[in-house]
Order: sequence, then C-alpha cells, then structure tokens
Amino acid sequence: MAADPLPTSHALPSPFSTSTTPLTLIAQGAEALLYHTTFLSPTTPCALKIRPAKPWRHPTLDKRLTRQRILAEARVLVKCLREGVAVPAVLGLDWETGWMAMQWIDGGSVKEAVRGRDVSVNGADGVLKGLMRRIGRAVGGLHAAGVVHGDLTTSNMMLRPIAGETADRLRGEIVLIDFGLATQTVQEEDRAVDLYVLERAFGSTHPREEGTFPEVLEGYREVFKGAKGTLRRLEEVRMRGRKKSMVG
Amino acid sequence: MESITVPHLPAHTLHVGLFKDVKNATFLRQQLLDINTDFQYAFADASMVASRQAVIAACSRAIDDSIFGRMKTRNLHSEIVFALSAISNISESFRRMGIQDTTKHVLAIKVLDESLTATQVHAFLGEHVHGTVVAFTDEELSSMQDVPRIRKIYKLPPAGKDENAKSLSKTDEAIVIGSMALRGS
Repeated sequence: MAADPLPTSHALPSPFSTSTTPLTLIAQGAEALLYHTTFLSPTTPCALKIRPAKPWRHPTLDKRLTRQRILAEARVLVKCLREGVAVPAVLGLDWETGWMAMQWIDGGSVKEAVRGRDVSVNGADGVLKGLMRRIGRAVGGLHAAGVVHGDLTTSNMMLRPIAGETADRLRGEIVLIDFGLATQTVQEEDRAVDLYVLERAFGSTHPREEGTFPEVLEGYREVFKGAKGTLRRLEEVRMRGRKKSMVG
Repeated sequence: MESITVPHLPAHTLHVGLFKDVKNATFLRQQLLDINTDFQYAFADASMVASRQAVIAACSRAIDDSIFGRMKTRNLHSEIVFALSAISNISESFRRMGIQDTTKHVLAIKVLDESLTATQVHAFLGEHVHGTVVAFTDEELSSMQDVPRIRKIYKLPPAGKDENAKSLSKTDEAIVIGSMALRGS
C-alpha cells in the first residue's frame, strides 16, 4: 500500500484511516490532534496524538520536523518512566507518518479539580495546599530527571484516582501530560522558566488560589536537590520575564 | 492457543501459542534457518518476553512497518521477533529474542493470511511444537521469564526497595514497550 502522495491536513495516517475501532477527537492544538481510542487490546484505552502533515510547509522540512517532534516527545516520556516520574506510557509510535499512542490517564485535570473544589467544607484550604505540594513534588521529580516540561499549566496535570482512596476531587496522583514542548536539559535557567510559566499560568487560571503557590515551591524543594539554585534563578526570571535573550 | 484481533488492525489477526517445556527447539530453529516455508511463524524465546501487551505491541509495530514497506528483515514473522527487541542490530536481536537451541519456553505467532485458517494454524503448532500449551497470559509468562536478563537487555532501572525484584512492575513493562517503539529512531 502506497502512502497518499498529497495528504490533506486532517486525513488520518494508516492504519487509523481504515480502522474499524472508534476514534474520538478530544483536543486540537496548533500542531497535533488528540484522539481517544483503544490500542493493542480492546480494553486498553489510549490517547492517540496525531501530527498531521502541514501542507504549507515544504514536504521535506515537514517530514523532518514531524519526525523530530514526535521522537523528542516519545524519548522524554520513556526517560521519565525510567526515572520514576509519573507520565503516560508510550504504547506505540510511527515517526514517519506522525502518530504516537499513549496510555490513557484516568481522572480529570488539576484545573477542573481546583475550579470545582468545594470551598465550604472544613479544612478545604488544607486539602488544596496538599494538592499544591504534590504538584511541586511532581515538577521537582521531573526536573531531577533532567527534563523540563515547557508548558506547565494546571490543564497539563491530571489527578489519577488512587485505588482504595476516597474519591475526593483534590486527591489522587499527579500525572504530568502533554510533553510536546518538553526538552531534556541541565540548565538552571530552563528549570526556573518552567516554574515561572507555571506560576504565571496558575495565577491567571486560578486567581483566588494564587496565594497557595508557595506550597508548590515547598514541594519542589522537598524532592529536587538542585532546588535552591533554581529558586534563586526564579527570582531573577520574575524580575525580567520569561525571555532572557531579548530576541524573537 | 488464541486468536487475537488488535484494534485498528482488523485485517491482521494474530494467532498466538505459548508453549512450556518445549523439547524440540533445535528442530524449530533449524526450520527457520533452512527457510522452510511451512514454518513461517514468529518463534520467540518466551523467557525474554515482558508481557502479553509487549508482544502485541511488537506485532503492531511489525505490521505497521510492513504496510509501509519499511521492514528490515525477510518477512513479517521475523520482523515481529525483531520488533520485540529494543536494539537495531538484527542478528543480535534474533539471538536475544528469538528461539535458540537451548530455549525452553516458546512463543509462536502467526499473522494470518487468507491461505490458512485458525484451526489449521493451531493444528500445525500442536503437531510441530513439542511442549505443553498454556494460556497466553501475563501469569504464565511471568513463570517463564528470566527477569535479570530482561532487566539487563532492556536496560531497566534496578527494582525499587518495596518492589519485588523477581518480577517486572507495570513501569518496567511500560519502559520495555516504549523502548521497543523507539527502536531504530
């Protein structure tokens, strides 16, 4: 079977183009489409990320960029698994046609959980602070593994229910998702910017909860040995903003 | 023995037989070396297989590569054995994942084409693989696994303190599947 010589922007790559398994589009970004489907077995839910060909780019360049980006993301995820950071597992990928199948993460996003939290109950603040600290630990673990996420927001964090634990909205294990902008780095600057992006995103998404953000940094300090340097650098980044070079 | 239909690959039914205490591994391997066309099967060393899911992942990778004409080995069945490996060296991959003279437990896979029926495949394997048929499950596989060798070959991190070092964790399985998917990148 030959590949379609003129792929349209939203045509699914083989084997999904001829699949009899249902595929549901759940999100669409600038670069990729995200589907919910099954993979490997009918009882294994999966998140399928497809990077369709961009018809406005030169085909050779397009192929190379798609390949690079798919592979960068998959490598980062496998690296995180090796280092014990909670991320979705990679189930399969094809860097030529531009798709990656990942483990489906149960539960909702941290964003939904924080927005929908019950503020009236006793100790609601304590529960929120606990969540914030777990977020900090998750990010600290990621940075300790030599990876920065590149787009840390509360919608890129899932709360996976833990078996046997009470189903409180703010409980569960933090699982970081969407590593499309992630890079492997040892630079203090990159880690500080990663935290800064989260801080700003958190402040604008959850203005009422902004005061609890220091808990994130506290959790970060608990698990990451280089936290001191990163947090010192974070002060600098706060003064000047995300861009250091003033170019672009 | 079991016939498996994989999501998104309805035209490629997998027929899988897991055999314990196989007596004639040398014979089976010789048929592959002689390119006996009756033995167009993927014969893997079951002690090196991480899980059922990992096997299906390897099959799906091999089928995907065959659809696009990207196979690195002779046929789809050898490609499946190659796809179980996380390294790009074909002969070393066969040595690690494929059937050897000393192999005790054998995983046999056939991707069905129209010329054969499931019954024929099952009968053929039953006749030619001299071992005990067991269910293709993670439980059976875990009783066959050479865990230290799997850890070494897939470069898995050492088992954590609260984990059982003698078995593979869910994370270990995920690393194996991820490394297989990234092979050749």
